[in-house]
Amino acid sequence: MVEILKVNDLVTHFKTESGVVKAVDGVSYYINEQEIIGLVGESGCGKSVSQLSVMQLIRPPGKIIGGEIIFHGQDLLKYPANGPEMRAVRGAKIAMIFQEPMTSLNPVLTIRQQLTEMLVLHMKMNEEAARARAIELMGQVGIPAAERRIEGYPHHFSGGMRQRVMIAMALSCNPHILIADEPTTALDATTQAQLLELMKDLVQRLKTSLVIVTHNLGVVARYAQRIYIMYAGRIVESGTTKDIFQRPRHPYTMGLLKCIPRLDEEEGRKLVPIVGLPPNLINMPATCAFLPRCSWKIDKCYKEPWPELTPVNGNHFIRCYADTSEYKN
Amino acid sequence: MNQETNNTILEISELKMYFPVTRGLLRRKIADIKAVDGVSFKMEQGETLGLVGESGCGKTTIGRCVLGLYRPTAGKVIFQGRDIAGLPEKKLRGIRRDIALIFQDPYSSLDPRMSAGNIVGEPLKIHNMINGRKEYLERVEHLFSIVGLDPGMANRFPHEFSGGQRQRIGIARALASDPKLIVCDEPISALDVSIQAQIINLLEELQEGLKGLSYLFIAHDLSVVRHISDRVAVMYLGHIMEICKSRVLYENPLHPYTRALLSAVPIADPFVEETRERIILKGEVPSPINPPEGCPFHPRCFMAIPECSQAVPPLRAITEGHEVACIRV
Repeated sequence: MVEILKVNDLVTHFKTESGVVKAVDGVSYYINEQEIIGLVGESGCGKSVSQLSVMQLIRPPGKIIGGEIIFHGQDLLKYPANGPEMRAVRGAKIAMIFQEPMTSLNPVLTIRQQLTEMLVLHMKMNEEAARARAIELMGQVGIPAAERRIEGYPHHFSGGMRQRVMIAMALSCNPHILIADEPTTALDATTQAQLLELMKDLVQRLKTSLVIVTHNLGVVARYAQRIYIMYAGRIVESGTTKDIFQRPRHPYTMGLLKCIPRLDEEEGRKLVPIVGLPPNLINMPATCAFLPRCSWKIDKCYKEPWPELTPVNGNHFIRCYADTSEYKN
Repeated sequence: MNQETNNTILEISELKMYFPVTRGLLRRKIADIKAVDGVSFKMEQGETLGLVGESGCGKTTIGRCVLGLYRPTAGKVIFQGRDIAGLPEKKLRGIRRDIALIFQDPYSSLDPRMSAGNIVGEPLKIHNMINGRKEYLERVEHLFSIVGLDPGMANRFPHEFSGGQRQRIGIARALASDPKLIVCDEPISALDVSIQAQIINLLEELQEGLKGLSYLFIAHDLSVVRHISDRVAVMYLGHIMEICKSRVLYENPLHPYTRALLSAVPIADPFVEETRERIILKGEVPSPINPPEGCPFHPRCFMAIPECSQAVPPLRAITEGHEVACIRV
């Protein structure tokens, strides 16, 4: 397996009037060629910001404070966000699909104008070739009558169809990595399933790596080979999907699995909520951010700073002092 | 009256709700949006009935007809033995005391200029349920405590509360008038995963504590609906496709749409996911302005035969309490 992207100790902060929001505070992960990984967490855990940082799409008051983003052996953070090196990577080598298909397309441009822009810019095609390629792409993502619909505007398309356009656009330059940030959250269940299957098939065919950013544990259980669980700006657990679901070891992951209803659960199952609220990312304590909500805490948790990611076995890591090996599903 | 009718709190019979589509200066009617097109079901006292389906299936419209917010085009809404469909506003007021609503978005459904205490207590005043200030304050304090809020926070304003707490305020307000039936319209979809479980458990506990409270639970999340409901009705384009006990829904779904919808929802377990039936539907939900002839699902159905396009299949009982609208079952 060839590692294609490696993020080391990424730190992205937002300076606000009430203080520094530590949205991403030391995140490390990697993705191999042709791999599907999942980045899971609730709103505000930093999963989206970490991905926007990889694309260097962070705007003031946000700032990437430190870390490395090694893509094909080169640290992308060495390049200025608007420089030619980043522009050659962003959208072309690493592409991104956003959550809101309603707002991520420009409403005053036709689908053709938006789809061909990238092809002309990155693939150096002329207008005519780009139009033909765009129609081909629309066909690949399952948009019927692409020849005619390419001249339409975004409002002519339903939410699911717009997200298909976004997928076509993201894949138009044969990216090495596709980042899908909550790609189907705003859509209906059967449309979600259609689009996730489509994305999975396309990345397999194009040999693209896929990062699925989501709060939905079901989606990663279905598609991801490995998972990173994020909480309060850090990764708290990582490992293969099967390891994490079979033997979750971080109290937060365990809590998540116990608090979501499952379609196949037995009748009368009680959900066990995680007490309290996610922390305010301003003025975070040095101790574990999950401590106030944790049911596994030990004395050490109050005294020591948040631990590093430590292996529990093989490729399975947690950021926790407690001995959670006794946990049963 | 026999025993059965005594326990029925709500009966919807052949309910139709069409919204006119108008054009031009004279607002000439050119078509109808058939949001609900002939729906019937019964609810027992103390029961939770889940209404599930994708956007535009008519589930929210049914909720609004029950609340008297819409005047149905045709059909009956029989609440406690009395048809309340199309009653004049004045006569509805007494009924509104018995049917309460919990909204989806706890951020926009609370008046930002009212204190939490006043939001919760307002129904007590509207329905003249209290004598004097002392009783009012006691009742509000009681409502705060049964939904798990500190009564000491009654003087605070909505923006000082978290999303989960705001939803608790909304629930306390809904409970204020001692309703018999609460219409819950996507009550948890705006909340984070770890907070959702808190609200689901609260709704369940309230029902156990207040004997006879019924919920009409409207949501798009099948796992949540199945978890909280005694019975589930699956809707598609203004029709009920299948209605059954929630346990049966996952174990023995019969309607092809139900099967597709279930298979579209991933389960947070990679081992279960490996072996699950995966039905990917083609196309998108048709417009309710121009619904297909016959069974509304037949253009996308993998089991359709020519007869399916000839008549709308009626709901018929396959086993006791399990009804399906499909001629292929």
